Amino acid sequence: MAEIVAGLQGPVRIAGGGSRGIGGPEMTIETGGLSGISLYEPGALTIVAQAGTPVAEIEAALEAEGQQLAFEPMDHRGLLGTNGAPTIGGVVAANISGPRRIQAGACRDFLLGVRYVDGKGHVVKNGGRVMKNVTGYDLVKLMGGSWGTLGVLTEVSLKVLPKPEAVATLALRADDVSEAVAVMSAALKSPFEVSGAAYDPQEMRVLLRVEGFTDSVAYRVEQLKSTLAGFGEIAEIDGSVERWQAIRDVSAFHGVDGDVWRISVKPSDATGIAQRIGADRTLYDWGGGLIWALVPKGTDLRARLGAFEGHATLVRADAETVEALGRFQPENAGIQALTQGIRQRFDPRGLFNPGLMG
Amino acid sequence: MEMPTPNPDVLRRKDAVLRRLLQVLPEDAVIHDPAETRAYECDALTAYRCPPMLAVLPSTTGEVSDVLRICNEEGVPVVPRGSGTSLAGGALPTADSVILGIARMNDVLETDYDNRIIRVQTGRTNLSVTGAVEAEDFFYAPDPSSQLACAIAGNIGMNSGGAHCLKYGVTTNNLLGVKMVMMDGSVVEIGGAHLDAGGLDLLGVICGSEGQLGVVTEATLRILRKPEGARPVLMGFDDNEVAGQCVSDIIKSGILPVAIEFMDTLCIKACENFAQAGYPDCHALLIVEVEGSEAEIDYQLSKIIEIAKRHNPVELRESQSAEESAKIWLGRKSAFGAMGQMNDYMCLDGTIPVSALPQVLRRIGELSEEYGLPVGNVFHAGDGNMHPLILFDANKPGDLEKCETFGAEILKLCVDVGGCLTGEHGVGIEKRDLMSHQYAPADLEAQMAVKDVFDPNWLLNPAKVFPLDVSEARRIAAE
Repeated sequence: MAEIVAGLQGPVRIAGGGSRGIGGPEMTIETGGLSGISLYEPGALTIVAQAGTPVAEIEAALEAEGQQLAFEPMDHRGLLGTNGAPTIGGVVAANISGPRRIQAGACRDFLLGVRYVDGKGHVVKNGGRVMKNVTGYDLVKLMGGSWGTLGVLTEVSLKVLPKPEAVATLALRADDVSEAVAVMSAALKSPFEVSGAAYDPQEMRVLLRVEGFTDSVAYRVEQLKSTLAGFGEIAEIDGSVERWQAIRDVSAFHGVDGDVWRISVKPSDATGIAQRIGADRTLYDWGGGLIWALVPKGTDLRARLGAFEGHATLVRADAETVEALGRFQPENAGIQALTQGIRQRFDPRGLFNPGLMG
Repeated sequence: MEMPTPNPDVLRRKDAVLRRLLQVLPEDAVIHDPAETRAYECDALTAYRCPPMLAVLPSTTGEVSDVLRICNEEGVPVVPRGSGTSLAGGALPTADSVILGIARMNDVLETDYDNRIIRVQTGRTNLSVTGAVEAEDFFYAPDPSSQLACAIAGNIGMNSGGAHCLKYGVTTNNLLGVKMVMMDGSVVEIGGAHLDAGGLDLLGVICGSEGQLGVVTEATLRILRKPEGARPVLMGFDDNEVAGQCVSDIIKSGILPVAIEFMDTLCIKACENFAQAGYPDCHALLIVEVEGSEAEIDYQLSKIIEIAKRHNPVELRESQSAEESAKIWLGRKSAFGAMGQMNDYMCLDGTIPVSALPQVLRRIGELSEEYGLPVGNVFHAGDGNMHPLILFDANKPGDLEKCETFGAEILKLCVDVGGCLTGEHGVGIEKRDLMSHQYAPADLEAQMAVKDVFDPNWLLNPAKVFPLDVSEARRIAAE
C-alpha cells in the first residue's frame, strides 16, 4: 500500500467496500485486498483486523465467542442503494455508530489502534491493542472519522464487548417530539441502563431498549415501567433485534425519494430543530440527539437550520447537491484552519478524498 | 533527566515579560518572587525539580488568552498546570518558562440532567465534579486515584483513567466538548452537549496531548446516573498465572465487572500490615466488583464465584455488608501509601495484553532479583494496566538511577509483549526518552506534525512527550 500511495500521480478516492457512497475522484484505492483478522483475544476483549476485512466476517468471529461490536455500526446499503461488503476500515474511517452509541459509546471510543499509510507513502502506527494507552498523542481518534482524508487505513484494533444474553423493547405513545424527548430523557436518566431510545413521529411511538442478563432485563423492564408510568401506557413488544436494526439502518427511508440528512444536537434542542427544518419525514435516535431528516431533493437544510449547536451531514443526495452544499457541516474559521493544517501535513499532495472534509 | 538549556534571551527579558503580564492580570495573579515560584518547581514526580521563571493564575478565559498571546509574542515557553498531581512530570517547569496554573477557574457553568452533561471550568477537581451532581444521584465516571486533588484540566491533558474504566472508559470517552485557548491567544470551541463533534476528531487528539496543543479552560463532560448498588468479591490464589486465567475466564463469560484489581504477594502483605483489610496470605489477590440492583449483583457474583472455584482459590469472600466492601477496598486503595511506608518507590503504569500477565510478572520478578530492588504489583487486571511499584532508597547514592534503569526495562518489556509505556499517567518527562522504543520515527513524526499545526513555535509544555533528539530540529527552528 505504501508503494501504491508513494507512486500516485493524482487524487484518489479511498474506499473499503464502497457501501457508504462517498463519491470523489474516478481513481480509487480499494482496501479489500487487505483482509483478515490478525488477532482475536476474547479474554482480553480485543480484536485486530486488516482494514479491508468485511464487517460480516468480524461479526461472525465475535458471535462465535458471544461477543460483539458494541457501537453497533450502521449498514448504509439499504439507505444509499449501494452494493459491496462494508469493511471494518470503512466503519472506522467514518466513525459509524448505531443506537447503542448513547450508552456504550461511538466507534471511536472502541478504537484502540490504527496503522495507516499517509500521503507521503509512510506507514504510521498509533495506539495499539490494549485498552488503556496514553502513550503520545491520540492519532487513533483523529484517524477514526477522518473519512480517509488523512491516510489509508491498513489495520485497526478494536475493543469488543460481551453480547447481551437478552434484549427487551418497551413502547410508549408520544404525540410530538417534545413529549418523546421528555420520555427518553427520563428513561436515560434512570439507573436502568437503557441502551436505545428512539422515536418515530409517524407512528407516534417511542421505543426503549434494555439489554443484559435475562433476569436483569426482566427486572429493569419492570422498573422502567413504573418509573415512566406518568407518561402513559407502556408495553413490552417483541421483535427487538429487527426493530433496532431497522432504527440503526434508517429503514423507514429506504427506497423513499428525497435527500437524507443526519443531524447531531443536544436532545433538548430536538424540538426546536425539528420545527426549523420542516422535513417531510424525521426519525429520532440517541434520545433525540440524532435526527434523520428526509427532505425534497436539493434542499439546503443548513440554510433552514441557521446557526445551531451541533452539526448536519448530508448523507444521501445526488452528486450535484453534495457538490453545492458540501457533505459535512462547515466549521468556524479557527477549526477550519486546524483541519486544513492537519490535512496539509498528513497529505501534502492533497491526494486523499479531496473536497470531502474541511 | 536531560532538559533543554534555558533560553538566555528569555531569562534576560524576565522583567519586561513580567511588566506585560501585570498589564493584563491582577497583581495577586502573577508570581515572580523566586521564593514563591519555588512552589511550582515540581509536580507529583518529585525527583525532578526546576523553579519556573514566573507563574500566573488567571481567573478567566480572557486572561488565559492574554497570557498566551503575550508569551507567544515574547517567545516564552508556557507550562500549563492543573493541580500538579502528575506522576510523569507533565507539569515540570523549565527555568525559562511561565507556569500557567488553572486552579482559580473552578466554577460549574451548567448542569443539565435531561441532557446528561455538566459544563465546568477546568481548574475544578475531578471529585468535585461528581460532588456537583451527586445530590441528583449522578456521577462523573473517570476516577483517577488522585481524584480528590487532580483538576479536570490535567485529566484532559493526560487522558486520565481510574479503577472503573473497564466499564465506563477513560477521560476521552467522557469528554464532549472544550473551550481551548491556542498559543497565539485565539479561542476555539470544539464539540458541546451534542454527541460526536463534527469534522475531524480534534477533541480526540487534544485529550491526552499533555498540554502541548492548547490550554483547555472549559469542558463539557458526560455525567451518568449512579447504579443502584455495587459489591466486591475478594479471591486469593497461590499462583499468578491461575489468577490471570481466572480474570480471562470471567471476561469471556459475558460479565463486565466495573473493576478487576490484582495484587501480588508483596503488595498484599504491605496493605495488610497497613490497613488490616483481612487479606489472605497468598500469591495473587483479585478484587472483582459488579454493579446493579441487589438481585443483579447476586446473580453476577454467583457466576463469578462459580468461575473462580474452578481455579482452586485459597480464599473466596463475597462482601456481606457495606462495611466489609469498604474494608476490602481500603486495602487496595492504600496500596501506594502502604508501599511508601516501606521505602521510597517509583510507580510505573505500562499496559500489557491481559494474556501476557504471567510472563510479564515472571520477568519482573527476575529483574527484581538482578537489580536487588523489590517490586510490588498492583494492577487494573481487566484492562491490563499494570502498576509495578519499585522500592528504592532515595538517600542511597545511585539507587534512584538504578531504579530508573530497572523501570525502563519493565516498560520496554510491556511494549515488547504488545502493550505500551503508559496506560493512564502520561509520558511527561518520565517516559519521554522511551518513546522511540514504542514508536518508529514516522510514527513520532506524525504526532509532531499535529503539534506543528497547533503550536508552530513549540512553546507549550516544552521538553515533554517527545525525546529531545527527535524534537530538536523543530525546537531550534522555532527559536
